[in-house]
Amino acid sequence: MIGSRTEAIVGRVVLVIVLVVTLLPLLSMLSAALQPADRNPTGLVWPTDPQWQNFVTAFEAGHVWELMRSSLGIVLIVVPASLLIATMAGYALGNLRIPGNRFLLLLFVAGLTIPFESLIIPIYYHMKSLGLLNTPWAVGLTLIGLFMPFSVAWMRAHFVGVPIELSEAARVDGATVWQEFRRIQIPLAGPPLAALAILLFLWTWNQFILPVALIQDPLERTVAGALTFFQGQYYASIPLLNAGALIIITPAILVFLIFQRQFIKALLQGAVKG
Amino acid sequence: MIAPAIAAYGFFVLYPFALGIQYSFYDWNGVGASTWVGLDNYLRVFTDREMLSAIRNAFVLVIFFTLIPVSTGLVLATLIRNIRAGVFSTVSQTILFLPQIIPLAAAGIAWSWMYAQTGTVNQILSAIGLGGITRPWLADYGTALPAVGLIGSWVLTGLCTVLLLTGISKIDASLYEAVRLDGAGWFREFVTITIPGLRQQIAVLITITVIAALSSFDIIYTSTQGGPGRATLVPGLSIFRIGFTQSDVGLASAFGIVLMALVLIVVIPIQRLSKESK
Repeated sequence: MIGSRTEAIVGRVVLVIVLVVTLLPLLSMLSAALQPADRNPTGLVWPTDPQWQNFVTAFEAGHVWELMRSSLGIVLIVVPASLLIATMAGYALGNLRIPGNRFLLLLFVAGLTIPFESLIIPIYYHMKSLGLLNTPWAVGLTLIGLFMPFSVAWMRAHFVGVPIELSEAARVDGATVWQEFRRIQIPLAGPPLAALAILLFLWTWNQFILPVALIQDPLERTVAGALTFFQGQYYASIPLLNAGALIIITPAILVFLIFQRQFIKALLQGAVKG
Repeated sequence: MIAPAIAAYGFFVLYPFALGIQYSFYDWNGVGASTWVGLDNYLRVFTDREMLSAIRNAFVLVIFFTLIPVSTGLVLATLIRNIRAGVFSTVSQTILFLPQIIPLAAAGIAWSWMYAQTGTVNQILSAIGLGGITRPWLADYGTALPAVGLIGSWVLTGLCTVLLLTGISKIDASLYEAVRLDGAGWFREFVTITIPGLRQQIAVLITITVIAALSSFDIIYTSTQGGPGRATLVPGLSIFRIGFTQSDVGLASAFGIVLMALVLIVVIPIQRLSKESK
C-alpha cells in the first residue's frame, strides 16, 4: 500500500515530467528559431548569439499580416452566423415542442462524428459548381454547416435546462415566440453563447484540411492552412520555418492566456457534450 | 426557427454527403464523362494494398491517440487528486492545455524538428547514454508510425488529464476513506472507486480520441506526408491524394464513405456501453 504522502510526491514528480514534455517541443521550436538561418540547427540550446531578426524575416517573408487578415475574415463569416442560427435551432429543439423534434435532433447528432476528410471531395465539387472555390466563402460557409451539429446540440443543452415556466409567463403576458426569444431567452444564454463563440473561433482559426483543399493561394487561407506555405518556402531553413510557425501560433496562445479560464471551461464542456 | 440550421446543415453537409455516395458508384476524373461502375470502387478500397495499409495504420494510431493519453491521464489524475488549488495547479492546467490551442499542423512542424537527426529527441538520448539508437525518427520505416503516434499522445494527454481530474474531484471523498479503512491498497481503490466513478468521462475521452486517431490528417500532412513509403499513410491523406492528385473522384468518395462507416462502427458500441452502465 502506498501512503498518501508518497502518493502525493510521486504524483507531483509525474506531473512535472508531463509538463516538461508538454513544453519541450515549443521550447525546441524557439531554440531552433534563434539559431543562424543559413545553418542546420542543433537541438535544444540557448544560442550564444540569438538571431531575433529571424522572426522579422519570417514575419515579412511570410506575409503574416495578410494571413491574419484572411483568417479573421473566415472567422467573421463562421462565428456570428453560426451563433445566431444555432441559438434559434437550439431554442426550438430544447424549448418549443415542435413536431419531428426527436428526428431532427437525431439528424444533427448523427453529424457529430463525421470526419471532415470523408466529405472533402464532394465538398470541393459542390463549391466548384457554386463558383466559390478559392474564396473565403467556400471555407466559411462549409464550416458553418460542419459545425452546425455541435452548435445546435450545445445550445439545445442550454435551452432544455431553462424552466418552462419562464416561457409560459411570457406567453401569458402576450409575448410572441419571437419576442420571448429576443427579450428573455437570448439575454439568459450569455455564458453558453460565449463558450460556443470561443470554441468556434478556435476550431476555425486552426482549421486545416478545408482551406488547404478549397483555397489555392495559401495567403488567403486560415493561418493553420498557411503553414504548408511556410514549409514550402522555408524548405531549406529550419530556423526560419520554426520562427514562422511560432509567429503563426502566437495570437491563439495570447488569446488563450487572456481568457484561459473561459477557454478551459469551454473546452472541457465541449468535450463532454460533443 | 429551426429552418436556417437545417438549411445550412442540409446544403453544406447532407448534400455533399449525398453527392459523395453518388460519386462513389462512378468512375470519374472530375472533368470528363463519368461511367457507372456499381460497387467496384468499394471493392477496390478493400483490396488495394495501399488503402488497406492506410486503414491499418489508423487503427495502430488508436494506441497512441487513445490508450496512452487516457491511461496516462487516469494515473496522473489519481495521483494528484488531492492537489490543492493554487498557483502551481493553475499553471499546470494552463500548460496541459497548450497543445489544444495550437493548430495540429503546427504540432506536426514542431515535432518534425524534435525528431530530426540533430533535433532535441536525439540530443536527449545521447545525453543519457543512448546515443546508439539515435536516428531521424520520422524517416525510419520502423519508427515513423509510432513517432507520429506519439505526437497525438502529446496533443491529447493534457486534455485527458484535466477532464479526468475534474471528474475525480466530483467523486465523494468518503468513498476513498471507506476503502482505505477496509485496508484496501491503491490498486483496489483504483479499480473499485476511481474507474467506476469516471466511467462517463472515460467513455467521452475514448470517443473523441478514437475519432481523432481514425481521422488524423493535419499532423501527418505537415510531418511525414505519409512516408517513408507508406509507413504513415492514413485514410484522410489517402483520400486527399486519390481525389485531388490522382483525380479518381469515385474511388476517393468511396473511401470517404468507408472511413465514415468505420468511425461509426467503432464509436456506437462505446456510446452504448457508457449508456448501459449509467
